[in-house]
Amino acid sequence: MLKISKLTVTVDGKTILNGLDLEVGPGEVHAIMGPNGSGKSTLANVIAGREGYPVTGGSVSFLGQDLLSLAPEKRAREGVFLAFQYPVEIPGVANVYLLKEAVNATRQHRGEEKLDAMDFLKLVREKLKLLQMKEEFLYRSVNEGFSGGEKKRNEIFQMAMLEPRLAVLDETDSGLDIDALKIVADGVNAQRSPDRSVILVTHYQRLLDYIVPDRVHVLAGGRIVRSGDKRLALELEAQGYGWVESDPSTVSAA
Amino acid sequence: MNPAVTDLGELVGREYKEGFVTDIEADTLPPGLDEDVIRFLSAKKDEPDFVLEWRLDAFRRWQNMKQPNWAQVRHAPIDFQAISYYSAPKSDADRPKSLDEIDPKLLETYDKLGIPLEEQKALAGIAVDAVFDSVSVATTFKDKLAKIGVIFCPLSEALANHPDLVRQYLGSVVPAADNFYAALNSAVFTEGSFVYIPKGVRCPMELSTYFRINALNTGQFERTLIIADEGSYVSYLEGCTAPMRDENQLHAAVVELVALKDAQIKYSTVQNWYPGDEEGRGGIYNFVTKRGVCRGDNAKISWTQVETGSAITWKYPSVLLEGDSSVGEFYSVALTNHCQQADTGTKMVHIGRNTSSTIISKGISAGRGQNAYRGLVKVLKGAETARNYSQCDSLLMGDRCGAHTFPYLEVKNPTATIEHEATTSKIGEDQLFYCRQRGLSEEDAVSLIVNGFCKEVFRELPMEFAVEAQKLLSISLEGAVG
Ligand SMILES: Nc1ncnc2c1ncn2[C@@H]1O[C@H](COP(=O)(O)OP(=O)(O)OP(=O)(O)O)[C@@H](O)[C@H]1O
Ligand SMILES: [Mg+2]
Repeated sequence: MLKISKLTVTVDGKTILNGLDLEVGPGEVHAIMGPNGSGKSTLANVIAGREGYPVTGGSVSFLGQDLLSLAPEKRAREGVFLAFQYPVEIPGVANVYLLKEAVNATRQHRGEEKLDAMDFLKLVREKLKLLQMKEEFLYRSVNEGFSGGEKKRNEIFQMAMLEPRLAVLDETDSGLDIDALKIVADGVNAQRSPDRSVILVTHYQRLLDYIVPDRVHVLAGGRIVRSGDKRLALELEAQGYGWVESDPSTVSAA
Repeated sequence: MNPAVTDLGELVGREYKEGFVTDIEADTLPPGLDEDVIRFLSAKKDEPDFVLEWRLDAFRRWQNMKQPNWAQVRHAPIDFQAISYYSAPKSDADRPKSLDEIDPKLLETYDKLGIPLEEQKALAGIAVDAVFDSVSVATTFKDKLAKIGVIFCPLSEALANHPDLVRQYLGSVVPAADNFYAALNSAVFTEGSFVYIPKGVRCPMELSTYFRINALNTGQFERTLIIADEGSYVSYLEGCTAPMRDENQLHAAVVELVALKDAQIKYSTVQNWYPGDEEGRGGIYNFVTKRGVCRGDNAKISWTQVETGSAITWKYPSVLLEGDSSVGEFYSVALTNHCQQADTGTKMVHIGRNTSSTIISKGISAGRGQNAYRGLVKVLKGAETARNYSQCDSLLMGDRCGAHTFPYLEVKNPTATIEHEATTSKIGEDQLFYCRQRGLSEEDAVSLIVNGFCKEVFRELPMEFAVEAQKLLSISLEGAVG
């Protein structure tokens, strides 16, 4: 699904990612943890194609294609989805309107017909239910006036609508109350499938109780310094990052 | 003066002495403006004497007026003697013969707007006859209106058939010498519409929606007069969402609205004249005076405008709130791309008691475009408990464009409530990326964000118009980002 080799990203002379390797197979869920400022969001943004993160080395291949050569919208239509750490407000644009444009852009890209209003509404209602969201959210401006938790939930709702091949969820759990966390986790779990991969960026082991990852990685110093199964998250929870960062013998063992 | 004009002067003078009204051969006047030209125009239209007198009075005052220079726009001086003030509609021989002769860029725009081929031809100035039967549509439409007493016709026709009605209201809102361009218009106006809605009648259709083509032959010095009698309602649409071929550089129109007691006028404009090329060559100078008066209690006038065309826009649709509890509204989207300049806004003058006004202005600047909002809220002494709410938002795309806001406030009554909000923002990189991450192209993302920004104005437009206005906005913004 996704293969990242020796990825190096330098912003304003500062190396943020430094030869990062990561491989995510089809249907797998990988969690990425790491201290603040270690480059997790940078990695997510580079995968999604955001400007301002110059790749100075390495490669990213997605379903066998060179992902880095594609414009952000092309990546999205190919099935790359990013749930933003800080979802953006777009005043005056109804949530449902953006969704419709998004769904149809992807369908068109796949050579499918645009959904007509009825089918679209049906799909929307089904997914709203999955995330236990009220229909009024459809008609409010994108993220405007949404609470922090509502914004995160809206991201996963969009993911459910777009049915991506690879979803990168950047701290989707931050700001969610316990109930919302369960709902969002259930929403993600419902979307797990053999041909959909997920990268979860998180600070908290708690999320991983609900969405059980196949692999857990620790990002520090611009690369993956430690990988393991879900027990690694528990260790981190207990001991913090000090021990992985300072232990010179740690090697990436993905 | 060149010889041709002298000859004409002699000709006109002689004919005038002889009674003049019939049989004037000339189809086009050579450039230049003097009293003889005005007599010629008036005679050509067979106008009542009072109109000629009114024109001449306007002309005499205009000669002592100066071109205004306070607006935030720049252009070379205009030579008013270099303009021809009368030309008959072009004969078929002078028109383009087929779409092959039309600028492909213009045609591309028509396609994007989804305009049918026959209409494209008409808009592009190609002679079309029976095929495009706006005439028969117009006739049915007119019959229907006549039955309920609505008058909707060219101003010249109204002058012939309803001279007293016109006389009562012409110049009663925008006086002949109101300002430089209005005075010029009063002297030389040639085309325009007249609307009268009788007491208690709700006009059953949007006037002029039926004709995209309607605006085709509106002249350079258009003059519109709309009267809504007591308790009546009318929604009037001006303009055309398709950019039109037009050789006239200067447009100086006047629109007067009169709403009597309990009457309501909704006036919507989509202005898309030729904006000039990307380097700012060519393009229309659109210097318009639009004003409405709420002349009775509970009257309401709403102006909604979407201004995307013209090289220069200079326009302040205003409302005089005379009647108690009368309401004025101004909703505006003005977009300037490339080298366009717009200085637009409104004047709300609170005269009656308990009057209220709302101003929502959305300025979008892209390329090297310059966009100024200029608005006056004036509360006179007797206007007890007047209320105004103004919101002026500017959106900048790129860093070579400019947005300016000039709100003026004159409050003579302490019971007034005035609220003003203004914001300036740049179209956000993060908003664009968010949309693109969801699969939208950059262009679609820009258009989505800009349309969101304009939503409060678009929702005031009649449905069909709103859809076209949105498309138009996207087209006008092409190439503005990236
Ligand atoms: N555009 C930028 N310009 C300069 N520095 C940047 C830019 N974007 C990110 N950085 C820096 O890169 C480092 C990594 O940032 P990033 O947002 O990827 O961290 P993170 O691991 O997601 O942190 P957090 O856990 O706090 O979300 C930080 O030091 C940040 O300040
Ligand atoms: Mg982050």
